This record gives sequence, C-alpha cells and structure tokens, in this order.
Amino acid sequence: MGAGTNYTAILFFFVFVGATLVITYFAARQTKTTEHFYAAGRSITGFQNGLALAGDYMSAASFLGIAGLVAMNGFDGLIYSTGWLVGWPIILFLIAEPLRNLGKYTFTDVVAYRLQQKPVRVASAIGTMCVVLTYLIAQMVGSGTLIKLLFGLDYTLSVIIVGCVMMIYVLFGGMIATTWVQIIKAGLLLGGATVMAVIVLSKFGFNPINLFAQAASSGCDPAAPTGSQMFCYGQKVLEPGTKVVTGAWDAVSLGMALMFGTAGLPHILMRFYTVPNAKAARVSVMWATIWIGFFYLITFILGFGAMVLVGQKSILAVGGGGNMAAPMLAQVIAGDVFFGFICAVAFATILAVVAGLTLAGAGALSHDLWVNVVRGGHAPQHEQMMAARASSIILAVCAILLGIVFEGQNVAYMVGLTFSIAASANFPALVMSVFWKRFTTWGAVCSIMFGALATLLLIYCGPTIQIDLLGPKAPPAGSAPELVAAYQAAIAAIKAQWFYFPLKNPCLYTMTGAFLVGIVVSLLGPERAAQEGFAEVERRAVLGEPRGAAAE
Amino acid sequence: MHEMEARLHAVAAKRWRVAIWLSAMMLTAYYGFILLVAFNKPLLSTVLSTAPNAAGVMTPGLSLGILLGALVIVTAWVLTLVYTFWANTKYDHEIHELAHLRG
Repeated sequence: MGAGTNYTAILFFFVFVGATLVITYFAARQTKTTEHFYAAGRSITGFQNGLALAGDYMSAASFLGIAGLVAMNGFDGLIYSTGWLVGWPIILFLIAEPLRNLGKYTFTDVVAYRLQQKPVRVASAIGTMCVVLTYLIAQMVGSGTLIKLLFGLDYTLSVIIVGCVMMIYVLFGGMIATTWVQIIKAGLLLGGATVMAVIVLSKFGFNPINLFAQAASSGCDPAAPTGSQMFCYGQKVLEPGTKVVTGAWDAVSLGMALMFGTAGLPHILMRFYTVPNAKAARVSVMWATIWIGFFYLITFILGFGAMVLVGQKSILAVGGGGNMAAPMLAQVIAGDVFFGFICAVAFATILAVVAGLTLAGAGALSHDLWVNVVRGGHAPQHEQMMAARASSIILAVCAILLGIVFEGQNVAYMVGLTFSIAASANFPALVMSVFWKRFTTWGAVCSIMFGALATLLLIYCGPTIQIDLLGPKAPPAGSAPELVAAYQAAIAAIKAQWFYFPLKNPCLYTMTGAFLVGIVVSLLGPERAAQEGFAEVERRAVLGEPRGAAAE
Repeated sequence: MHEMEARLHAVAAKRWRVAIWLSAMMLTAYYGFILLVAFNKPLLSTVLSTAPNAAGVMTPGLSLGILLGALVIVTAWVLTLVYTFWANTKYDHEIHELAHLRG
C-alpha cells in the first residue's frame, strides 16, 4: 500500500470525474448570467444547500485529518470536531438570514451595504483573498501529498490534475456545477464513512464503549523504539492529552478560531445566496449542522477503529503523519475495492472544496473589485461574466503554482491560519455591519485590515513558524545529553526574543482586537450616511428584498 | 406606516434576543468543554463506564471527556432545531403579516 499505482481508486475517481463533468456540461448550458455563475440562479433548495454546505466544509483535513488525529491521540481529536461544528449554530443564529436578505453574491455586499462602497470592498476583498489563498495552499499541498499516497501518482501531476478539473467545474459550470459536485461528494463521503463505522461497530457488538475499552486496554508495543511513548495507548487515549492543546490559553484561542472562523469563511457564506430566500437559508444551515455533527461523531468511531484494527504503528509506517488512518481502516475491514472507493472519495473531497474556494475568490476579484470598485458598480452583464471567468482562471493558476511552490512544506498550520484570519478579519466586520448602527466605513476598513495583518504577524512571531518551521530540529530520542541541552537552550533563546508570541493560535487577541478597532474607529469619526442607512438595513434584514415574495 | 415601522422593530428585536440567547447557550456549552480541557484534565479523565476487552478483562471504556464532547455535538443539534422550529413557525408568521402590511 502507498507504493505503486492504485488502479481501483483511479477507476472510481474517473467515474466520479466523468459524472461530475456531465453535470458541468448541463450546468454550463444554464450558466448565462452572473446570477447563475455566483448563485446558481437562487434555485437550490434548503435541503440541497445543506448537503452542499456540508460538502464544502467536510474537507480532506476534517475527514482524513481528524480520523488520523483520533487514531494517533484518541480523545484530543474531539477538540477539533466540536470546535468545527459549533460554528454552525452561530452562523444560523447571527449570520445566515441577514446575509441572504442583504447581499447579492458575496458577504462583502452585506458589509458594504450602507457604507462607502470602494474602501470597504477593497478591504473586504483583501480579507477574502487572505482566507482563500491560505486555505487553497493547505488544500493543494494536502492534495498533492495525499494523491501520492493514495494513488501513487507524482506530486506535481496530482496538483495539476486537481487544479485543472476544478477549473473546468468553476469556469463552465459556475455555482450550479460546484453545488452538485459538493452534494455528490457529501453523499459519497457520508455514505462511505457510515458503512465503515457500521462495519467497525459490528465487530464490537454495536457498542462504542466496547471499542473504546479495547483501545484503552492495548498495552505498550514491545517493538516500539525505546524512549518512545508513541505505541503505549493505554487509558490515556480516553483522556485529554497534550498533542492538540499545549496550554490553557492556547485551547481558548484555538476554540475561538474554530468557532467564529467558520462564520467568516467566504466560500461558506457565499452558499447562502444560492437559495431562494431567508427561510431556505435557515433550513440549509439546520441540515448542514445535522450532517456535519453526524459526520464528526462517525469520524471519532473511525479513528478509534483504525487505532484498534489497524494499529498506530502501521498507520505511521505508510507516512502522511496519520492521515492514512481512514483509508487503511477501509482496506482492513472491507478489502481493496472499498479502499479504492474511500481513496477516490478523499480525492473528490479535495476537488469539491477547492472548487468552492475558487468560486469565492473569483467573487471577490470580479464582483467586489472589478465590477464594484473599478467600474463603480456599472458593468454590462457580458463584461461581468468575462471578469468572473478570468478571475476563476487566475485563481486556478494561482492554486496550481502555490501547490507546487509549497511542495514538501508542513502546511498543517495553514488551516489554523485560515480560520484565524476568517474569525478576525471577516467575522467582526460582518457582525458589526448588520447589528451596530454606528459602524462606519473606516471602522470596517480598519477592523478588517487589523484582523488580517495582526493574524499574519502573530502567527509569524508564534511557535508554529519560529520554532516548528524555522527553529532547530529536535534531536532523536536517546541522543547524547549535551545535544538535548543544546537544543533546549536554542528553543529557550527563541522564546526569549522580544517579538516572540507564545500562542500557537492568536485568535484570542486578533479577533477581540478587530472588534475593538472597529468600535473605536467608528466612534472617533461618526458617519451620518451610514447611520441613516441602518433603518434600511434593519428592514431589509428582516423582510428581504423590497419586491417579490418576501417571506416565502 | 409608523405602526409598521414599530412592529418591524419589535420583530427584529425579538429575533435578535432569541439569537443572542441561543448563541450564549452554544458558547457556554462549548467553552465549558474547552475550559475543562484546558484547566481540569483530571475531571475529564474520570471513567464513567467499563467494558470487557478482547481478553475478557473489564477495562475503562468511556471517560467523562468523551461523553461531554459528544454532548456538545448533540447540544449544537438541539439548539439548531429549536431555532429553526421557532423561526419557521412564530417568526415567519409575523414577517408574513408585516410583508402583507407593506403590500
């Protein structure tokens, strides 16, 4: 496994790509206007959009990553799963309906609604692009590495394939094709994971507690290298460990980023425009929450299943740092064909997520920057479509290039960075623009810019970059004491530098800071037009667009 | 017209209150969990249930941490369903009337 080409997986993958390209062909015939390109003609139902949201959100990082995290660390995986889920109710309560009623294609439409268009749109597009690009890097590098493991294909070739297939979906099929790719992928992923979980549980009398007990009773592996605690599972797999959360404030900060970051992801927010009205937006978040929560519960079972039935040692031995736990479990419990199927689903997962990201980026570049800033909101329909398609091509090329440039880099921190920026740059501005009357243009601009820049800066000064990436490599276990001492001294020297920031995830400071900056700047320079526009925002956030079926 | 503005305000304020309450509950549940992970690991390590392993020996099978983590997910489901139910019935009804007033 891992080496050689996996033909079953490739066959399944071709079936998936073939089917989605047929859908893209039919979608392309409908995609004539920007209303179709960005918002699927507002024709997606609440249930469909709920599945598509789940498909957009359940990235390879959450499927393979969390299953791997649980397989290697047990309980700690739950910190990520719960954090990634609880953002959804927040989206439902605070964001979904006003967003649908106030905006057109992007969440920037809402932030800029009663403020001066140009400065807000430029700032907001910068916030969007930071999120989209960091998330694209994480996805593309992850996809290259995974495809190498799953299919035995060359890294660069895999990145180019992902980039090109995704570009075809977005360029020709726009939001309609992207939505259906996400719905199909969500169905395959949920179905495949459920089948696996049922098979795993059937081996333990359909009682998860038996499974956990089996994991907790595995003793130390006698073949494990001396000094390594890696293969002693024992009871600690049921308890909070130190892998995910190193310090108490780190936990609080990470929790904030996971929770509020979800409510600031542009590709998620954009999906609310694909449904006909606010009620459908509400129903779609309800379904998304149900599916995603179900998926995370199942992933927890799969992680423990892999720990017991595959074994941590074998998972680590194939490489990928635990990411192969779920596919390997599929092979152990259901054979090569199912393994191929799960590998293909993982590939499809990456495709669907990057397609959504590209579309969100294209919205920022063409709808926010080109149409509303450069052309002052007045551009003919065919020009808008040209700009949208040109932006999609630019983003797809960027995605491929970034994937190639970042080859071999550890990009796990990129996902954390993405959620931190989304929570600090996008979420505060969005909330204040909808709920706070005195919010001003410059309050929005400063809040967004502060959120984006402070997050980038503090991540750079934090342990992830300064120690894990730039710092000295830890000496292998059992090294001479002077080597270990020298290493510890070097780490202490880094931590003592004046610019060193102790938290892995800066969201606690940057999101709070972005709210404060927005409030202070707004209070310092009141903006009458923005305050007068608030009554209109409030009315429209409740009733929707002035004409047409408002409530239904 | 003035009456309609007042009713609109009331409806918006009501939704806002419901949203804040539900958000606060979600935050409390999640942050309660995260703060326990951060500050009270021994409590979360409490064994709630045991089960026989492959050798037939009774071993710890469920910790308080795992149970609470799963309960956070269930809480998210329940709050989501409560809001959707409230909004689909009460809130939508009032909006519908307001929209008729506007004509």
